[in-house]
Amino acid sequence: MTTEFAVRASGVGKTFPTKAGDVVALTEVELTVSAGEFVSLIGPSGCGKSTLLRLIADLDSATTGELEIFGKPAAKARIDQDYGIAFQQAGLLPWRTVGGNIALPLELHGMAKPARAKRVADLAELVGLTDFIDRYPDQLSGGMQQRVAIARSLAEQPRLLLMDEPFGALDEMTREYLQGELTRIAKETGAAVVFVTHSIPEAVFLSDRVVVMSPRPGRITEIVTTDLGEVRDETLRESPEYFTRVTAVREALHGAPVERANER
Amino acid sequence: MTLRAGKVRAVSWGVLGVVALLGSWELYKFLGPAAGFVVGATEGETGSGVMLLPRTNDRAMPHIWDMIARLGESTSGGTTPPLIVPVITAGLTTLGIAAVGWIIGIVVGSILGAVMQRWRLAEAGLLPWIVVSQTIPLIAFAPIVNTIGMQASRGSAFDWPQALSVAIIASYLSFFPIAIGVLRGLESPDRMHLDLMRTYAAGYWQTLFRLRIPAAIPHLLPALRLAAASAVVGAVVAEVSIGMQGGIGRMLIQLAGQGSSDPAAPWGPTLGSVALGLVAAGTVALIGLTLKNYRRGEQTA
Amino acid sequence: MSSATYDAPVRGWVRFAAPVVVGLLMIGVWILVVDVLDAAPRALPSPIAIVEEFILRFGIIWEDMMITATNALTGLLVGSIVAIVLAALAATFRPIDGMLAPLVASIAVVPIVALTPILNTMFGASSQFGRLSVAAIAAFVPVFVNVLRGLRQTRPVHRDLLRASAATSMQTFRVLTLPTALPYLLTGLRIASSIAVIAALVAEYFGGPADGIGTAIATYAKSGRASLAFAYVAGGIAIGLALFLVMSLLERAVSRRKPV
Repeated sequence: MTTEFAVRASGVGKTFPTKAGDVVALTEVELTVSAGEFVSLIGPSGCGKSTLLRLIADLDSATTGELEIFGKPAAKARIDQDYGIAFQQAGLLPWRTVGGNIALPLELHGMAKPARAKRVADLAELVGLTDFIDRYPDQLSGGMQQRVAIARSLAEQPRLLLMDEPFGALDEMTREYLQGELTRIAKETGAAVVFVTHSIPEAVFLSDRVVVMSPRPGRITEIVTTDLGEVRDETLRESPEYFTRVTAVREALHGAPVERANER
Repeated sequence: MTLRAGKVRAVSWGVLGVVALLGSWELYKFLGPAAGFVVGATEGETGSGVMLLPRTNDRAMPHIWDMIARLGESTSGGTTPPLIVPVITAGLTTLGIAAVGWIIGIVVGSILGAVMQRWRLAEAGLLPWIVVSQTIPLIAFAPIVNTIGMQASRGSAFDWPQALSVAIIASYLSFFPIAIGVLRGLESPDRMHLDLMRTYAAGYWQTLFRLRIPAAIPHLLPALRLAAASAVVGAVVAEVSIGMQGGIGRMLIQLAGQGSSDPAAPWGPTLGSVALGLVAAGTVALIGLTLKNYRRGEQTA
Repeated sequence: MSSATYDAPVRGWVRFAAPVVVGLLMIGVWILVVDVLDAAPRALPSPIAIVEEFILRFGIIWEDMMITATNALTGLLVGSIVAIVLAALAATFRPIDGMLAPLVASIAVVPIVALTPILNTMFGASSQFGRLSVAAIAAFVPVFVNVLRGLRQTRPVHRDLLRASAATSMQTFRVLTLPTALPYLLTGLRIASSIAVIAALVAEYFGGPADGIGTAIATYAKSGRASLAFAYVAGGIAIGLALFLVMSLLERAVSRRKPV
């Protein structure tokens, strides 16, 4: 079997019609994500990173270009449940327990109760929340809620994880902890990850490649390979190679036309 | 302050409020002008002018303890049971009819609300008329509904009872808050949750049962309470306008007619009607207790 | 994108045309059943007959409309003023809020019109005051609830700002609390206006002088003059709609400047 790409975007563009004329949110996107690869999308507001994620998730449709998820059109990939998704707000249903929230996709797709219970227990253990399965979201901290959301996104054992700034609303300590957990889980499950973020250190820490984007119109300006190896642990954060890559990404971000900084 | 202590405090202030209300009634009787306070009266013409404060004699304003005592006395002299018995019987009759109207209103209102949420076009076309419907005093139609019902069922095996007309009027008043509550509630999930369901390739019905309906509960409960109260009002007024026997509405009018000779008596069914409303609201509050988990995301007003 | 979870938003002109179409359909069906098919029971008159009666009897209908409308408006005014005063007190003093909250919650759920016979006895059967009081009590509840909510809606960040600027309580009230509460007041008034009209009308069933729209509807419905009864109903609807429209416009005008 040929190794297919998790995500293949070719000439992808998205234009929104508004009262004040058309807004080009994305243009000329060429991107491939291999199976098992961790890719971050980073850029300032309006660069189209969340739009691109939504196109991959088939939450919006592209106006131009071709977008394939595991060789299928995005819509079919969604119907086939080939990906799991996590948003910036954990998005847990407040009337369901932690276990109930993790089980939601499994219930929707008709998994039998005993199998469900086992899968929920496994996932809760994966994110370290076994003792909290019967708690309600309003009894959990923000970090714990986000861990539930991650567990939920893994419920269907997807080969692709889509994450839209999932740690954006958390404090720095929790962020660093969850970054470590996420990279461990991604390696264990072998899933490809497309991760949208505002944070340069986060992007470099987590990813194999960092896709730098810029706005007006939203497009990819550069792709930086991190070359930091398979093992991403806390010692990495202090290593010189890590800082070099962070600088590289920062320069790639600021490499966008200087007048933007003056306009701001 | 502990939760328990806070609740005790709240209840005590509430009781104090009721006591203050009763106290102000007696205080006015004690201190107020005997002939009331009339504005713009013409000399020699009784009944002219606008009476702003009522007369304080026992006929116009019975003492509170007289009202309570009257409930224990016989209804119409002789061996008739204490007034409180027919009040309770009539009250239960009206409550039953109101409950039927409430349920009809829930069914109709829910269907309308769900249809309007599903199709924006339906919302655009129907919602204005639903809002306008409440400015139509259908209560005025009660005798007409009754006549139509009787004429329509003439010749068929079904005998149209007056109670059914009353229930229909009650349902007309109660369907409106339900329709609005269901519409707002089903629309209430935020975009993120809707996106989530979409990523699960969940269709309309799955999204409806797993997301929209649970999210709608905090909107539904106040709607159910308002609908219950409206059903009670509708039932009482429809009874009066149709002239239905056996309900508390009729008793209100009957005893009011005797108000000059038996001033405390009309307070019996009046307090009974108040009790009806409280029972209806209390039932909905109990329902709300069983649905506690679905209200976890709720914002307090 | 499938429309299963999101339905397409409705274009501007459709939003206006859709209810008009529905309304025309309803009237069409009505005329069909009554005039064309002659299939309706006698008690359901034709819309055409109703319009005729309305135009013919407009004089007396208008007189009764004025009585009911005056009761409703005066009740609305009195009820609202009392509601604003009490809500202000409740927002400032916790004990008053504690005493009022259960009372107001109870008033909200009991059939207020049931008080009409008693009120008529207290104030005299020839007085409009009984009906007026019912309308006032009915209007009081939504205005009280909404004003109280509005007075509590000031955001902590705004309160902190004024405190840091050493503003007096009066200044804070004028600059922050009042503008924040105003849209809520108008929402309450809008709700209360429809309720006051219905309450004033329905109260007429429970005794009092023999005038007003409600009594007229009851009289003519009982004597079988269905078209005239419905013509009076149209008058009642007109009052309710007029008041509702005025209040809605007021509300719209103020809420444009709602604090962000």
